[in-house]
Amino acid sequence: MKIIVLIKQVPDTTEIKLDPKTGNLLREGVPSIINPDDRHALEAALRLKEAHGGRVAVLSMGPQQAIDAVSEALGMGADEGVLLSDSAFAGSDTWATSFTLSRAIRKMDGFDLILCGRQAIDGDTAQVGPQLAEILDLPQVTAVCGISSFEPGASGRSQVLRRVRGGYQRLNCTLPALFTVVSEINTPRCPHMERLLRACKTKTAIKHWNCADLGLKTQEVGLAESLTQVITTFPPKTRRKSEILEGDPRSVAGQLVDRLQDNKLI
Amino acid sequence: MPSVWIDYDRCDGCGLCAKKCPYDAVEMRDGIPHILEQCTCCALCLEACKRGALQTDLTARTVPDFSAWKGVWVFAEHQQNALQAISLELLGKARELAEQRSETVSALLLGDQGDPLVQPLFTAGAHRVYQVQDPRLRHYTTDAYTKSLARLVEKYKPEILLIGATDIGRDLAPRLARRVGAGLTADCTELSIDPEEGILLQTRPAFGGNVMATIVNRFSRPQMATVRPGVMEKRAPEPLQGELVAEQLEGGDQDSRVEILESWTEEGERIDLSKARVIVAAGRGAASSEGLELLEQLARSLGGELAGTRAMIEEQWLPDDRQIGQTGQTVRPELYIGCGVSGAVQHRAGMAASRYIIAVNKDPRAPLLSVADWSIVGDLFQVVPELISILSRRI
Ligand SMILES: Cc1cc2nc3c(=O)[nH]c(=O)nc-3n(C[C@H](O)[C@H](O)[C@H](O)COP(=O)(O)OP(=O)(O)OC[C@H]3O[C@@H](n4cnc5c(N)ncnc54)[C@H](O)[C@@H]3O)c2cc1C
Repeated sequence: MKIIVLIKQVPDTTEIKLDPKTGNLLREGVPSIINPDDRHALEAALRLKEAHGGRVAVLSMGPQQAIDAVSEALGMGADEGVLLSDSAFAGSDTWATSFTLSRAIRKMDGFDLILCGRQAIDGDTAQVGPQLAEILDLPQVTAVCGISSFEPGASGRSQVLRRVRGGYQRLNCTLPALFTVVSEINTPRCPHMERLLRACKTKTAIKHWNCADLGLKTQEVGLAESLTQVITTFPPKTRRKSEILEGDPRSVAGQLVDRLQDNKLI
Repeated sequence: MPSVWIDYDRCDGCGLCAKKCPYDAVEMRDGIPHILEQCTCCALCLEACKRGALQTDLTARTVPDFSAWKGVWVFAEHQQNALQAISLELLGKARELAEQRSETVSALLLGDQGDPLVQPLFTAGAHRVYQVQDPRLRHYTTDAYTKSLARLVEKYKPEILLIGATDIGRDLAPRLARRVGAGLTADCTELSIDPEEGILLQTRPAFGGNVMATIVNRFSRPQMATVRPGVMEKRAPEPLQGELVAEQLEGGDQDSRVEILESWTEEGERIDLSKARVIVAAGRGAASSEGLELLEQLARSLGGELAGTRAMIEEQWLPDDRQIGQTGQTVRPELYIGCGVSGAVQHRAGMAASRYIIAVNKDPRAPLLSVADWSIVGDLFQVVPELISILSRRI
């Protein structure tokens, strides 16, 4: 039994600050973390492994420093890791990313399940999972919040719970498949110190693949292969009155109700 | 790998290239631009430079001829015989985009009970409805819906296709985009047509709402985008008539790889915050039964709904259908009142489009104050009772 978990290293968006003068992002000093949903995906994989045996591999595409995320995943209990890193991958949109990941998965010889987080907190598109499932011609279930049965094998199947607006769905899905998970599914464990240190020191469990290793040319990946392009970025606009009401509680409450009445809000 | 470099003899250090770069890959040091490692060779800086100092060996990608691709399409989502509000919101926007392109709007209606939903689509702005009626489409499944829609796209070649960023839309859109070979932009908050190039400009928040990015889809059709519920405005309904085109679901009984065993809604009435005119949002500052009781009362006296931050949902003070924000719902009420809400970017991402925003917070530096119309710096346990008592006398 083998599960591949996709993880992405992301800047911790809660820690992002804007330059007060230019409105540009200040990326320096922003800590990098494993994308929160992906951590839940890894936890789900580790629990399946504990119940059914087998191996868990993590796959990540990103700059060299994403090795930290892969090492952390090994520290949590993954058996092996693959880091796809190449300057040619820069600027990939979800089209190019899902394609590059699919080539790596084809090279990883077999799996029963691919798990990924529903969305990444930086790009926030929730697209890569389904697009990868499409390329690999796998059934997909998105927003999985529980895996109630898992029977890998020749005519494998799994029963999952899916969060939908206003409630839940229980689904049966043939394996191999791709699931994207939401945070409700579990509480991820912390990395085991010894394992983490071993992963950081030896690094033998981590493979590094670049564009050529995947049998791809640079014009088949990254921005060159992307269908969408960012053409501008700008700070979100705020055009508010920003009036601070002053006085004791009764007086400010009165002033506020006046404003509501003046603007026909009540 | 192509690259971009700077001819320093021509550079006057104006810094426009650094401003233009969407990847922050041009850094100004002592008035001189430097290209950093994260450069993706998007070549936008070349356009920005007035002196031709930026150079590249990149061969420009040619834009294929897309003149056969016409019209704006909207995927019409429905549940229990009623169209979802998002479909009507998208039709309103589609109408506006189609007018700029001198084109028409079509809605895609899949399911097994269709007919009663056709007229409301015309009323909301569709010139045409493509209808696929089949018992196998009764419930949404990824495989059957993707297959049907991909066939329609390939047959009729729309220029633009809009889908709601709902549970269904987020499952469907990426899969469909990949199948038909189209680029896709998620969760757009603004859509417009570029007056020169005639392409769709798709604007969305990035980095947890810290920046806005405008994205284009030059090299594929349809130009696909998803939009969250509550972001666009519906148009006023008009008694319009349109053309109904019936289509078939092709292919035999493919055994579905994913089978829905059961669906259930949660106990109690789930509320749709996107319909609320007034929302009182509770933050951790109100995390007590007394605090919530007060805010519930405030919401009631304004005829509004009580909602909250993720912190309040995580700590189980409120059920999760009341979460506002990036991972909750997007709302745009007439009036939003945040009490004890700090206003983290993830929260603001879901409420910044409210018509009027009020913040009640002890901390004068809470970020919510910077997006509020009116702020009260004070203890909500003192201010809110006063508000309730004044409101009870004045309305
Ligand atoms: C990936 C990701 C996604 C997220 N998505 C969301 C999302 O969708 N929605 C969301 O809301 N959050 C989201 N968050 C969490 C977000 O970052 C904040 O942690 C959260 O919004 C904070 O909630 P809060 O304002 O209730 O609490 P706090 O930040 O703790 O703020 C409490 C505020 O109450 C004030 N206060 C305390 N006592 C009083 C009093 N007596 N009177 C008046 N004021 C008082 C304090 O000054 C403070 O400003 C997300 C985070 C991550 C990492």
